[in-house]
Amino acid sequence: MAALALPKRRAASGGAGPLGLGIATLWLSIIVLLPLAAVLAKSLEGGVGGLVDAITAPSARAALLITVGVSAVVALINVFTGTLIAWVLVRDDFRGKSLVNAIIDLPFALPTIVASIVLLSLYGPRSPIGLDLYATKPALVIALAFVTLPFVVRSVQPVLMEVDREAEEAAASLGAGGWTTFRRIILPSLYPALLGGAGLAFARAVGEFGSVVLIGGGIPRETEVASQYIAKQIETDRPASAAAVSVALLAISFAVLFALRYATSRRER
Amino acid sequence: MRIALRTAALAYLGALVLVPLGMILYRTFENGFVAFYEQVTTPAALAAVSLSLTIVAIVVPLNVIFGVVTALALARGNFPGRGILQAVVDLPFAVSPVIVGVALILFWGNDGWLGGALPVIFSLPGMVLATIFVTLPFVVREVEPVLAEVGTDAEEAAATLGASKWQTFWRITLPAIKVGLAYGVVLTVARSLGEFGALTVVAGGVAGESQTLTLLVHARYIDDHNVFGAYAASTLLMGLALLTLVLMTTLQRKRA
Repeated sequence: MAALALPKRRAASGGAGPLGLGIATLWLSIIVLLPLAAVLAKSLEGGVGGLVDAITAPSARAALLITVGVSAVVALINVFTGTLIAWVLVRDDFRGKSLVNAIIDLPFALPTIVASIVLLSLYGPRSPIGLDLYATKPALVIALAFVTLPFVVRSVQPVLMEVDREAEEAAASLGAGGWTTFRRIILPSLYPALLGGAGLAFARAVGEFGSVVLIGGGIPRETEVASQYIAKQIETDRPASAAAVSVALLAISFAVLFALRYATSRRER
Repeated sequence: MRIALRTAALAYLGALVLVPLGMILYRTFENGFVAFYEQVTTPAALAAVSLSLTIVAIVVPLNVIFGVVTALALARGNFPGRGILQAVVDLPFAVSPVIVGVALILFWGNDGWLGGALPVIFSLPGMVLATIFVTLPFVVREVEPVLAEVGTDAEEAAATLGASKWQTFWRITLPAIKVGLAYGVVLTVARSLGEFGALTVVAGGVAGESQTLTLLVHARYIDDHNVFGAYAASTLLMGLALLTLVLMTTLQRKRA
């Protein structure tokens, strides 16, 4: 055993070796960490007071509130539609099901600006069904629902496949209806997946830009989301304000992702 | 009940994804294929395609090299701060593309930390850096679990038999991570071609010079009021996305 353990230990310290570790750290620092640190530093240039002032400026605060509100609505919509779609994909059987399954991933593969154009063609000023949602909050919801479609479906789907069918049959034989069985037997086992999927969808929606930029219209205090506000601050040469709102937006997504990770690790223990 | 649920699910997907996609395809080709072809072969469009492909050609090899090195360090290393390094790799997924652009300007730009020592912003290097930022996790996240799963037994056997580190990597490690690496590359290519938010901040967006395909779609729709041209360019991007999806499904099957 000792002889077997020896090379293992060497591999543990080696692998890519200290050189590899150094290269990886340097790469991540130059590409990701230092630029983000520059944002944080810029946002604190005028002290904490300056940061708070920039975030609570009327149109900045409005943009952040709209972003969080619309993203929460989209996450909630995804909880329902995502569960529904996952259920149909797992429990139902019909021709073309594998095609439908493949379509779920399309929003991840499609460039966000294309998503914006695509939705605008149906729900914009040239709508063939007379449904012009351009520059309204529902338009924001549709755009964000499009880009976040896969999250809940893909987190719930594998859990539904694993659900214990026997418990369901037992419930049914004891006289429970379909809805009661779903609510009492299946839904409790879906909660972690639903929470995870909705959290990821929310985090994605909060930072989204490309899919919203054309269909949202970007009207300040109405449909302008935080990422649009930040882009505008850079265009008008107000980098400190852009950095401050960026920090606020990052804090929101980090808080959500951190809470998710904490919830998952607690459950695993 | 079953039929009702199926109908509801398909109606949602139809209204959100399928009908809008079909609408774009219809609008693109309602004037015939020639009209579409003319729109995607204008000098500006060709320059955009070539710029998008150039960015991909630079980003993919860099992500492969540094991604594999990072994955090796994470999967095989046992060092203090490993958890932090893991979190940093996932960081780009949590950062809005627009913030990526802001970060690059504040770090590399004229008034940034480096005082504009390198001409990065509003030029190709800036677009490449932005694209690397948003695609950085893909290769690492696809390769690392494979490395952890195959373990080091075969590599150790090769080393015992006298293989050099390079030989071991090329003959043992690389074949083992091949499919995962390919999957990571496909995701990287798709995301690189589709990146928009970070590039709007960092790129100048000058037609024929610093305009990628996604920026071209935006410019045609907003600045030129050339809706048909925007649809045509979108369809081109959609074709590339579809190709990605097919490759992803094929690789997934291979992996399973």
